[in-house]
Amino acid sequence: MINTKKMSVPSLLFLLAAGTIIAAHFQLIDLYVQTVIMFIGVNIILSSSFNIINGYMGEFACGHAGFMAVGAYVTSVLNIMFFTNSKTFGQAIFAPELALYFFPVTMFIGGVAAAITGLLVAVPSFKTRDDYLAIITLAANFIIVSLFINMDVIGGARGFMGMKQIVFAMEDVAYIPWMLIWVFTFTYFTVFVIRRFVTSTYGKGIIAIHQDEIAAEIMSVNTNKMKLVAFMLSSGLAGLAGGLFAHILGYINPNSFGILKSTECLVMVYLGGMGSLSGSIIAAVIFTLLIEGLRFIIPAADTLLHLMPIIPDTFHLSQVLKWVIIPLILVILMQFRPEGLMGNRELSDFFPKLKKYYEFK
Amino acid sequence: MLDSIFQNLFNALQWGSFYSLIALGYTLVYGVLRLINFAHGDIFMVGAYIAFFLAMFFLQGDGGLSGPVILAMVIPLTMILTSVCGVALERIAYRPLRRKGANRLYVVITALMCGLILENGNLAFLGASRKSFPELIDKVVYNIGSISMTNLKIGVILSSILVYFVLNAIISKTRIGMAMRGISYDKFAIPLMGIPIDTIIMVTFILGSSLAGLAGILFAMSYPVLDPFMGALIGWKAFIAAVVGGIGDIKGAFVGGFLLGIVEILAMAIFPSTFRDLIAFSILMIILVIKPTGLFGIAKSTKI
Repeated sequence: MINTKKMSVPSLLFLLAAGTIIAAHFQLIDLYVQTVIMFIGVNIILSSSFNIINGYMGEFACGHAGFMAVGAYVTSVLNIMFFTNSKTFGQAIFAPELALYFFPVTMFIGGVAAAITGLLVAVPSFKTRDDYLAIITLAANFIIVSLFINMDVIGGARGFMGMKQIVFAMEDVAYIPWMLIWVFTFTYFTVFVIRRFVTSTYGKGIIAIHQDEIAAEIMSVNTNKMKLVAFMLSSGLAGLAGGLFAHILGYINPNSFGILKSTECLVMVYLGGMGSLSGSIIAAVIFTLLIEGLRFIIPAADTLLHLMPIIPDTFHLSQVLKWVIIPLILVILMQFRPEGLMGNRELSDFFPKLKKYYEFK
Repeated sequence: MLDSIFQNLFNALQWGSFYSLIALGYTLVYGVLRLINFAHGDIFMVGAYIAFFLAMFFLQGDGGLSGPVILAMVIPLTMILTSVCGVALERIAYRPLRRKGANRLYVVITALMCGLILENGNLAFLGASRKSFPELIDKVVYNIGSISMTNLKIGVILSSILVYFVLNAIISKTRIGMAMRGISYDKFAIPLMGIPIDTIIMVTFILGSSLAGLAGILFAMSYPVLDPFMGALIGWKAFIAAVVGGIGDIKGAFVGGFLLGIVEILAMAIFPSTFRDLIAFSILMIILVIKPTGLFGIAKSTKI
């Protein structure tokens, strides 16, 4: 007897993924929509991994993009070094066809590198708390970004490109949308890992630290070790997101991993609600769709407002306006529903009837 | 060699003055409200823009006013208008949250978002073209030995030192300052003593924002190109400087600002300029790791 409750979510997701991939393969959905779908995946990884620290552990960290940068650079550099002929790194070490099989490996190495960089924040967090920790994470983000700017080998401030070749090499083996498959795989992996982690007895230590650090320590939670694990897990998963991000765009630039990117992560976490995994997934989806949707809504609103002569002809609504609208939404949200969309509850707490149909652990 | 060190130190003092002025605003608000006002860097930007529009308004007026007269009018007006902006932010965004007794973190996020709204709203409505600030006073260069100083740089340094002493006097001598210290000590007991807590918080925002406005004018005069994101990076850095000094303590913010200025200028003098952020932040991070509460901060013991 197969446990239908347990299998319902994975099978539903599998159907969704397979449907999207098949639709992409037969070009039923165009490249732009595919890219948006992939960015939704990346943002889900970012927000749910950031939620470990800002939600479950309750610390205010604001330097998530730095770890993403480490993952992006390490994965891209490794891939380009191993599987392509490039000016910087010379001949390919392995045959380009192998890129397909070793992509998860390089992604994993990128994640590990990002996790190790997470130590930069994790170790100071033993002694420091609150706002001081926020500064350390902020400073860590600045340090990582300016480190990459100063590495001339990998392009410095000009950025690093060539990851499209890896994608082409994968498509040479079998012409199917590989990046879409990888994004689905790693997104599922991330959410699965986080869910398993925070519901395990071991992972509940993190929530205990959120409630009261000293009390948690008295209750024999090894707080330092829990913090270390939480920061490393969070930054490692952010590294995965970075690796995917680099290969989706095919070009990375240190400045795209600055404070603004970290702010995006913060927006997603607080939009969804601290300590709610389904919240951060929903928030990531809404956020990405909002950003992409405003790309069309703003010009439309511009023409509409010009047709009805409300604003002068010389003035045009610019795309920058979306970075006014999104923060405004969050400010209003904070006034009326400060705990975010979901609070610290999951989807099944909101709709108890759903519990009949699925169980996701 | 020695001359270049002194020249660099002088430049560092001027550069650090901006950080100090902004950091003082951060630390005032933090000391009273325990709130990291992330919008403060953008209030500095707003100050620079207000100064720009005021200066252009007076320059285009028929009065034919001379530069120094305009400057004398622009400085107080900018400080007033910037503090109006800061207080508006407090009234609209922070106070309702505080009344509800929302988690401190939500207020911080609101502040962060308000900063984004200010800078991107500016970009969207005023356009991406950079504004160049008019030259209001003639530049005079003094040479002492081989160190060259301009009147503007000396003015910047002197005004930041003056501001520090005035602020220190306000905090330690006046009744409002006493109330501010009281709130930061115990914000639940203070209203019971009949002290209007909202007024005191408003005064704090007026003080902090007007300092940011002053920093905005001085910055716009020293580096006369304005862009909407000028406040973002300098604001983050000033905040880090305030924390390194020990946030909540105005001496700490003042010293931290100058420390960051000196570290940055010296790093630029010795290494290529792209290493500036790397070295500055690494040093600050090491300081924070060794002394987690900052240079002048006092560790608070947590009770269960």
